[in-house]
Amino acid sequence: MELCQMSGLELGKKIKAKEVGVVEATKAVLENIEKREQSYHCYVTVCKEEALAQAEAVQKKIDAGALDSPLAGVPAAVKDNMCTKGMQTSCASRMLETFKPIYTATAVQKLQDAGAVILGKTNMDEFAMGSTSETSFFGATKNPWNQDHVPGGSSGGSAAAVAAEEAFYTLGSDTGGSIRQPASYCGITGLKPTYGTVSRYGLIAYASSLDQIGPMAKTVEDVAEIYKIIAGHDKKDSTSVHQPAPSFTLCPDMKGKKIGIPMEFFGEGIEEDVKEAVYHGAKVYESLGAEVEEIKMPAIGYAIPAYYIAACAEASSNLSRYDGIKYGHCATKYDDLVDLYYQSRSEGFGFEVKKRILIGAFVLSSGYYDAYYNKALQVKALIKQSYDDAFAKYDFLLTPTAPTTAPRVGESLKDTLKMYLSDICTVSVNLAGLPGLVVPCGFDKKGLPIGLQLIGKAFGEETLLNAGLAFQTATDFHKKTPVGKEA
Amino acid sequence: MEFETVLGLEVHTELATDTKIFCSCSTEFGGEPNTHVCEVCSGMPGTLPVLNKKVVEFAIRTGLATNCEITRYNKFDRKNYFYPDLPKAYQVSQLYLPICQNGHIDIEVNGVKKSIRIKEIHMEEDAGKLIHDPWDDCTLVDYNRCGVPLLEIVSEPDFSSAEEVIAYLTKLKAILQYTGVSDCKMEQGSLRADVNLSVKPVGSKELGTRTEMKNINSFKAIARAIEGERQRQIELIQEGKKVVQETRRWDDNKGASYAMRSKENAQDYRYFPEPDLVPIEIDEEWIEQVRASLPELPEAKKERYLSEYHLPAYDVDIITGSKDLVKIFEEAYEVCKNAKEVSNWIMGEVLRLASETSTLPEDISFDAKNLGKLILLVKDGVVNRNTAKEVFEKMFSHNVEPEKYIHDNNLKMVNDDSAVKEVVEKVIAANPDSIAQFKEGNEKVNKFLMGQCMKQLKGKANPAIVTKILDEELSKLK
Repeated sequence: MELCQMSGLELGKKIKAKEVGVVEATKAVLENIEKREQSYHCYVTVCKEEALAQAEAVQKKIDAGALDSPLAGVPAAVKDNMCTKGMQTSCASRMLETFKPIYTATAVQKLQDAGAVILGKTNMDEFAMGSTSETSFFGATKNPWNQDHVPGGSSGGSAAAVAAEEAFYTLGSDTGGSIRQPASYCGITGLKPTYGTVSRYGLIAYASSLDQIGPMAKTVEDVAEIYKIIAGHDKKDSTSVHQPAPSFTLCPDMKGKKIGIPMEFFGEGIEEDVKEAVYHGAKVYESLGAEVEEIKMPAIGYAIPAYYIAACAEASSNLSRYDGIKYGHCATKYDDLVDLYYQSRSEGFGFEVKKRILIGAFVLSSGYYDAYYNKALQVKALIKQSYDDAFAKYDFLLTPTAPTTAPRVGESLKDTLKMYLSDICTVSVNLAGLPGLVVPCGFDKKGLPIGLQLIGKAFGEETLLNAGLAFQTATDFHKKTPVGKEA
Repeated sequence: MEFETVLGLEVHTELATDTKIFCSCSTEFGGEPNTHVCEVCSGMPGTLPVLNKKVVEFAIRTGLATNCEITRYNKFDRKNYFYPDLPKAYQVSQLYLPICQNGHIDIEVNGVKKSIRIKEIHMEEDAGKLIHDPWDDCTLVDYNRCGVPLLEIVSEPDFSSAEEVIAYLTKLKAILQYTGVSDCKMEQGSLRADVNLSVKPVGSKELGTRTEMKNINSFKAIARAIEGERQRQIELIQEGKKVVQETRRWDDNKGASYAMRSKENAQDYRYFPEPDLVPIEIDEEWIEQVRASLPELPEAKKERYLSEYHLPAYDVDIITGSKDLVKIFEEAYEVCKNAKEVSNWIMGEVLRLASETSTLPEDISFDAKNLGKLILLVKDGVVNRNTAKEVFEKMFSHNVEPEKYIHDNNLKMVNDDSAVKEVVEKVIAANPDSIAQFKEGNEKVNKFLMGQCMKQLKGKANPAIVTKILDEELSKLK
């Protein structure tokens, strides 16, 4: 097997066994990046020199026996909305084009402490606002399975980088599906953990009450291992839960498990291929000894408006700090203070970001707060309740990740309402703060990947990862790769 | 037409915590610009706030000391607005669930007692400071103050005069100082008041249109601002014009207020719950712990001083109005056990010297135990009162120890009769004219001769002894 085709854990094992050097692995993946970036544009920044220097340092630590993580020495990449000290962190926005943070995000720091070699920062929708990675100021990322299609978003760069073997694993962030949907579109595995399990410190906020960092990789085992590294309480994040870092051994036994399939996830606009693949997935679980039942969760129908109101409201406040005064883009021509704000923000932000800031400012404005934001909070509570009810009966839920496979480049931005509606399968999970795991479960007629979404109860990551591993063991979709198929 | 004034106050006080409300930067006043800042308080992307527990404790303390109900389930909210001194472009504050509600502070003006209701007290973060550089014609920003914890104490519009406002502020300041919540240094901005004011015809039930004057930072300026604004509003009404609801800036140097930009009025702060902080639940146990740790508050102290020490009400008001004067009083009393003497010294020499040297009570630095010792030295006849005043000046300026200073400078009172007698005889011999006048029955020369004796004795003699001996000697001449 070629080095870059290995999973993170496979490579980690070979590094431990001194069969592969960290520098060698880093060079191999940097070579892939050099070859393929022209086509896919997974990265905003590739830090070649820094990565090689890190690789050498990590190798020394491994040799000294100072690193015991099974992923020590494995090259990875992180989404460009996570702060990396001294390394450009742009959120794919002109606003932060030249921004270099003075500190490193907790999740990234934890990876580095475990011996990760950070290759660079992956492309994304500007400020994580979008479902296609096309709103990036630095240009769109392409789907490695078919360059005419988007990789999904907003963590499209992170997903495509794994699929195109430009990183062994990556970190993404998920506010309304931004890890799970691109994982599905790119045929990889991605986990959006329970809200509060992974520190948000250093994650540049889009919607604070929904944002969550999570792992994206080729296999469930990799995802589980990365999750174990990055999860755990962080005293710098008040919303991170007081729980010990997770430690579990995967045990993919599905016998007697009860799985619910909420019908609301198969509404209008769902492609037949997707539906078929998901139901095939259900069959796989049945064959493994699980019981599968169709269920109703009517509250899901309100998820999209509630999500866009809550997320935009928080975003309008979170993005106010980009005012041209302290860091980031500052207009060179302006009349006075208000004009400085106006010009800097007009020039610094792209269309989608401006749109969401305006929506957010509107729904929070005096006189509208109760009609919109407060309503959204009520819907959020309803959705949470309806999930709680479901988990009283079922171990986890099984759904599509998106109604379709990856749309063609340019298609979504022409009809953004349709793009928003395509978030139907993912946003309710964020509103309820639950974990969601996506594993590859098939391909449509065009050969584009389809992902199966497993939704668990709060802090039920272990259950989800076991279920994911059971599915992965019984199927070989995760072994399929677009590499070598490119024209 | 006669008018009455309706006033309400919003007081901001910086808390005396060591660190800021959401990060571990120092809250120390001063310091080179932008040296007490980190990624959190300077609003760097990706940073998150972590609440300083001490701030909550201080808020509970203030609430209990002002008779408030303590909110058990607390949340923070974001107040959104753009300004260069606010790096996140929102201030973390409490709109929907303030930590303290429905309290009151009792005041007394010209013998009339009144209770001023407190609507709420909430926690929030301070903003930075803009400094205009006239040399380069640019504005610079210092974020040192960003994130310093504040309490905003909002009263109901229960005041009808500047005197009531000052009485309330004096009381509030004492409470905040007693409880250790704030140092209340107005000149450093750790106590700032916004005044809401409206006027209405006497007896009218309808409130007039109110204006708000922001950040006035001395008691005297507040009194002047209230008087100025009251006059302005009355004149407007008398001229048939309308009072506009607006925020005004009081220029104390010019003695006039000016409307601030009108967009201030249209400001929509788009409040919403701060998602980066979790709700704070305050349990009974915590509240009782704080209650138990409260010191004796000004009101109780005042009552005690009146009933236990029988001091004049005016003196008690002044002393208990300042935590620092109370400290001097209690430490000196502890040594000499003479409340009346200590009170007299504070009201006399301490305040006189403080005023002459423009020293604020909190900056008075002598060891108050020494004042107690000095009082004992006077009582025991070691020094006379005039010498004691001299000694005290040295204590006040150089914190000298009185006994040692008296010894080193040979200031002990001369209590030796023969030494006094010797001097008296000398003075009588040296002033034949005065003696002649005395013999003619002019009693006034006694004082002159007494003065001469004291001068000779360098002020150190016990005046009673000098008088006695002088009288004896003079009577021999009759």
